[in-house]
Parts: sequence; structure tokens; C-alpha cells
Amino acid sequence: MQHSDGSETRKEIFRTALILTALTTFEFVLAGIKNSLPAWTGLSVGAVKMIVLSTFVILTIFKAFYIVGVFMHLKDEVKRLAWTILIPFLFIIWLIIGLMYDGTSWGKQKVTDAGYSVVEQQA
Amino acid sequence: MANVSVDPKALVEGERPIFNASWGKLMMWFFLVSDAFTFSALLVAYAAIRSRTVDGGLAWANPEQVFIHTPILHEVFHIDWPLVFVGLMTFILILSSVTMVLAVEAGHRNSRKEVSKWVAWTIVGGVAFLSCQAYEWYHFIHGSESGAYVLKSGMLDDQNIPGVKKGAAVEVFAVRNVEGEIVQLQTREGSQITYAPALEAVIKASEAHTEGHAAGGGHGEHQEGRTHGGASLKSNEYGPAPFANFFFFVTGFHGTHVASGVVLLIMLLVNVNKGIYDKRGHYEMTEKIGLYWHFVDLVWVFVFTFFYLV
Repeated sequence: MQHSDGSETRKEIFRTALILTALTTFEFVLAGIKNSLPAWTGLSVGAVKMIVLSTFVILTIFKAFYIVGVFMHLKDEVKRLAWTILIPFLFIIWLIIGLMYDGTSWGKQKVTDAGYSVVEQQA
Repeated sequence: MANVSVDPKALVEGERPIFNASWGKLMMWFFLVSDAFTFSALLVAYAAIRSRTVDGGLAWANPEQVFIHTPILHEVFHIDWPLVFVGLMTFILILSSVTMVLAVEAGHRNSRKEVSKWVAWTIVGGVAFLSCQAYEWYHFIHGSESGAYVLKSGMLDDQNIPGVKKGAAVEVFAVRNVEGEIVQLQTREGSQITYAPALEAVIKASEAHTEGHAAGGGHGEHQEGRTHGGASLKSNEYGPAPFANFFFFVTGFHGTHVASGVVLLIMLLVNVNKGIYDKRGHYEMTEKIGLYWHFVDLVWVFVFTFFYLV
């Protein structure tokens, strides 16, 4: 691994830092122009919202991958350790899916001054 | 059961069964996994509450209108650029992650001088980040002078005001001049209402009506009238109450992690300079604290996306 003079490792560190900075700058610019995008591209507001949101999520996961893999050296550890750490996050995916599924009925409730009340279902 | 004797030294830095990593590093990893679960739960809850509130007809806060203060630019030049300061904070944290990983790399070469230098820079980055957060919280809590207006949908249904959705609760920023006259109206979503005397009249009437019990009043976002400027746990001028609650809790929890990280780094720096790790023969402590520090950076990457960008 890194028992030489470490110049290879340092090169990889700076490369990763550059990628992280570039991705963050891109996200930042995208956040700045996202309100003008519907007018520029002619897409609907909803479609642009969906595209921008998924771009943010994908870029964030990309950045997480670099931080965990390179900065935290997880890709240099034995595979067994990496999987032991990553597999529990299936629970988080399950939590997201579960809350989204539950949230569809939850979202049908209406906000009132007294709190939340259920909107009558139309037959 | 047979009497098993355990060599305590072996537990700490001895055999490395199964994972080929020391116990200390393994435990740090597992702690971070559990910590990541806490942050994930917070962020997923944020997403759920947010989409639920928006479905309920209330506009969520627009980060581009909330996080606009940058030191010096704001105080000296009176320029407010949305999200610039948050971008800077993110950059500071990424840089401090780089200096940390350089310290870890220097540790592999047992170079005390270099480890000491990079750890010191990481501390500088951490303290800078915390100072930035203090500045941001200050402006978040104090907010603007005029606050925002929350008007019930019924009050505007018969007025055809461009930029205002019919049947939805309307939250309006009133930008005032020095004399206190309303010069511009803006909805929470960011669309500008250039000319709306009807809306202005409604705001003025509701201001006169709620004058006595306006500031920080009970239901916050559900009540028509002026919300107080800035944010508290009860209500805020930027959006529904849960927005500020989540902001305080999630960025506060993250800030606490950064603060503990800085304490750990200071301990590390003292020990490095004392030569403790030279005597031990390895700089594994740098690696373990490094793992923690990168994790804090990782959490910020997610907080940045979900709180400031989306």
C-alpha cells in the first residue's frame, strides 16, 4: 500500500479533492440557475424539479463514494470489512421506501390550525 | 469453562483476525455506522415532514432567500448573495478533510513533523467552520426586520393576483423601505409580485388587526399576519415551524460533531508533539481520528444537499 515515499497517495488525495470541489461547484451553480431552467429548456417546472433533485442526489452519492473510498481508505480495506460496513445501510433504504409508502396516506391529511385532520375520502 | 487468559496488548494492537484491521479502527468504523444511522434517520424524517407539509398546502422555506448573508459583503458592502457563504463553508470542510488525510499519509511514514503540521491545519479548518456556523446561526435567528406575512387562502380567493396560487396558503415577504412602506412583495417560492394593491391592503389590514399579539405568536405559520423576524423553535419567518426546528437540530448536531472532532484533534496534536506515537511505533491514532473527521465531512455533504440546495 503506502509504504514508499507516499507521493502516489498524495497525488490521489489531490485528485479526489479536485473532484469533490468540482462536483460541489457544479451543484452550487445548478442551485443558482435552477429557477431559470424551465424558461431556458422549455421543460415543465415539475420535470426540471425532478431532474435537478435527482442530479443533486446522484452527485451527493458520488461525493460520498469518494470520501468513504479514498479519504477513509475503505477501498484499501479487505472486502469483508467494506461489506460489513455497507450492508447495514440497506436498513436506511428500507426506511426511505417505508416512509415514502406510508407518507402517501399521511400526505392526504390536511393541515389545520388545530393540527392534522384526515380529509374525507371520495367514494 | 476453561480459564482463558487474554493479553490486553493483543486486544489493542495485536492479532487482526477476520478484518485485517486493528480493534481500535474497527470500533471506530462501527461507531460511525451507528452515527450514520442517526443522521440518516434525521434526514429521512426531514424529507418526510417537508413533503408532508408541502402536500398540506404550505410552502417550505426557500434556502436562496434564507441563507444570503456573507461576512464583510453583508456588513460593509450591503450585498447579499444566496448560498455563497454555505458554499464557502463546504469548501472549508473539504479542505480540512484533505489536510486530515495528508496527516494520515504522513503518519504512515512516521513523519512527526508533517503529521503535526497537517493536524494543526485541520484544527484551523474545523475552528473556521464552527465560526462560520456561528455567523450563520446568528443571522438565521435574527432574520430580517420586517418578518414575513402569512395569509390564509380564503382571504385572497376573490383577488386575482398574479404569482399567487388560488386555494393555497400564501406566505409573503414584504420588502420595505426606510419609511416602512412596502416597496416589493415576494412569495415564499421566490416569485415576485410587482403590483398588487389588493394584497397590500390585506397585509395592512391584517397588520392593524394582529398588532398586539403578532410577534412569535402561538400557531406561528398557520396564523395570518406578521410573523416575527428571524427564527425560534415556535415559529420562523422563512417557512413552516419544522423547517427551523430541523435546521437547528441537524446542523446543531453536526456542529457538535465538528466541535468534538476539534477537541480530539487538539488531543492528537498534543500527543504527536510529545512524541507519544513515535514511542508507540505507529500513528494509528491519526487514522482513527481521521476516520471520524472524514465522517463529519461526509455528513455535511448530505446536509448541504438536502438543507441548502434542494
